[in-house]
Amino acid sequence: MAELMYREALNQALAEEMERDANVFLIGEEVGRYQGAFKVSQGLLDKFGSARIIDAPISELGFTGLGVGAAMVGLRPVVEMMTWNFAILAMDQIVNNAAKLRHMSGGQLRCPIVFRGPGGAGGRLSSQHSQALEANYAHFPGLKVIAPATPADAKGLLKSAIRDENPVIMIEGERLYALKGEVPEGEHIVPIGKADVKREGKDVSLITWSRMYYFCEEAAKQLEAEGISVEILDLRTLRPLDEEAILATVRKTNRAVVVEEGWPLAGVGAQVVDIIQSKAFDDLDAPVVRVTGLDVNMSYAANLENAIQPDAPKIIAAVKKVLYREGA
Amino acid sequence: MASKYSKDLLLTMYRKMYLMRRFEERAGQQYGLGKIAGFCHLYIGQEAVAAGVEEAIRPDDYMLSGYRDHAQPLARGSDPGMVMAELFGRTGGYSKGKGGSMHIFDIENHFYGGYGIVGAQIGLAAGMAFASRYRNEDRITVCYFGDAAANQGIFHETLNMAVKWKLPVLYICENNRYGMGTAIARTSAVPEIHKRGEGFGMRHEAVDGMDVLKMYEAVKDAAAYIRAGNGPVLMEANTYRFRGHSMADPATYRTKQEVEDERKNDPIPRLKDYAIKQKLAKEEEFDAIEEEVKAQVDAAVKFADESPEPDLAELWKDTIVEEGEEDVRPRERVLGQKVTKWPKYPSGQELKVTWDLEPREQADKADKAAGLKR
Repeated sequence: MAELMYREALNQALAEEMERDANVFLIGEEVGRYQGAFKVSQGLLDKFGSARIIDAPISELGFTGLGVGAAMVGLRPVVEMMTWNFAILAMDQIVNNAAKLRHMSGGQLRCPIVFRGPGGAGGRLSSQHSQALEANYAHFPGLKVIAPATPADAKGLLKSAIRDENPVIMIEGERLYALKGEVPEGEHIVPIGKADVKREGKDVSLITWSRMYYFCEEAAKQLEAEGISVEILDLRTLRPLDEEAILATVRKTNRAVVVEEGWPLAGVGAQVVDIIQSKAFDDLDAPVVRVTGLDVNMSYAANLENAIQPDAPKIIAAVKKVLYREGA
Repeated sequence: MASKYSKDLLLTMYRKMYLMRRFEERAGQQYGLGKIAGFCHLYIGQEAVAAGVEEAIRPDDYMLSGYRDHAQPLARGSDPGMVMAELFGRTGGYSKGKGGSMHIFDIENHFYGGYGIVGAQIGLAAGMAFASRYRNEDRITVCYFGDAAANQGIFHETLNMAVKWKLPVLYICENNRYGMGTAIARTSAVPEIHKRGEGFGMRHEAVDGMDVLKMYEAVKDAAAYIRAGNGPVLMEANTYRFRGHSMADPATYRTKQEVEDERKNDPIPRLKDYAIKQKLAKEEEFDAIEEEVKAQVDAAVKFADESPEPDLAELWKDTIVEEGEEDVRPRERVLGQKVTKWPKYPSGQELKVTWDLEPREQADKADKAAGLKR
């Protein structure tokens, strides 16, 4: 298996799907001649030409609407958001049109479209460029939301998303693009809606997704050294949530910590906790604890930026709390 | 001078306008009876626009609209009973009662929906036109929107792309002079909407939208221009709605005199007078059409009334396409009629289009000469 960066895995998925189906095209700001703001589309213009790799003006609402219209009549657009922060301008087309077309038409229309781009905080970018916005999209029926942590999952999920008959929101980790991992060549598919146990353990479950998975791993390693066995469930898909996998891990370890980069109020983690308490209450040995970003806007100052985001020490503290250990 | 229009064309347009008028009058009445709820935006007064457009384009051209969307599909050939059933919120409706007044969809007849967010369909229309060019099809997309939608951001964002990429789309602004209850002149720096095409280097024109023949001529010309690959056209149809913004609006923001004056322009008797004066048709022929249409609309109301409310299990359908789920063909589902016009999309053919209007080789050469690299 080849070692690929997260961005290269995405690039491979795009290239393979465009090769397979002439209806697939990529549109977004700087995706063509510039080769992608985060280099996900590197080389695709030369490979597929300007008919299918399309540089859009800086008009998020406009080119998103164009993508949705193209999907309504059978094309399979991949709309790149330079970052999900800018996609807030395109929210009307994603939410009011893409998510609702099938329902409003009584099943006459399908909208096979992928909206993808980087999300997440960090990099000293302050409030407007540093947000984990997946909860916004997970809220809406009619959308699917995926957020892969590893290069292999990034490739497999993007391929599934492009083949899906529904609008799919893919939130990539802006801080993960250069991360390397083994990626199977060719037809590697990760199904939408399936979580993945990335680490087996028996004392406590960490339930998370995207970049937070790596903080969980770091915490798990330190906790193992203290004799605490940690299971990590990477949700990968946030809508629909893999309830079975969530319940299975909780029933196994009887304790859970949900780790989320975004804000606590109405976060995806809140829904995960609700699933656990309503369907596995009797299996719990302690109340579920959440680790989230702080309920504030992101700061530019380095120390404030660090303090706002979850990290391994915060996760370790939460694990000790659900285990009723010292220091919690 | 003999008319250059055929009797058949005039009677067809008359029938369509009269159907839209009677249908909308009955819809208004059914709203009053509580059979139709929500918002119900009637088209009464604007019929010349839809009738003129329909006869000037091809039936397989794509079309979409805003929330004032009951009448345009009727002009396309949609079943009046299924449109009425949709307004009633019944299973017999095009969307099984899930879309309602603002979301009529009849994909078989290439009507891609009414949209409740002002101007949102302007972006979708560009995408559908984009798909036509992507697949090298010669069909155009007709997109209706209101005067107020021209002040939305998506209007400006989309026109820019439509011109830049020569998208085969005809934007028809139905300027009925009021955005809900506010006169367009009070909210628009330039109330002549078509002039906004100027800033995008886009062909633009204004048409008397109360005259079905003028609409027909203008759209025929614009459609030929667009189909020939020249890019989009912005057309402003100056029209007037005789009723309020919706059934919930008593329209007290305009004078009785204004409405009375406009009613003298009613496009329906205007066409009838023209045809009779030109000796193309007789009074009795119009009477016969009117009787037929009245019966058709009566039948539509009866059909809607007898159609059952959707089953509660329907709540969980039509939000996500489940794996292996078949497409639903509404006419087959509701009327048991075999569908022959369901769209088929070509796929996999070689793409000849480029969106980069600067020739690629030329751009590459220039980059190389300047020492730039990708």
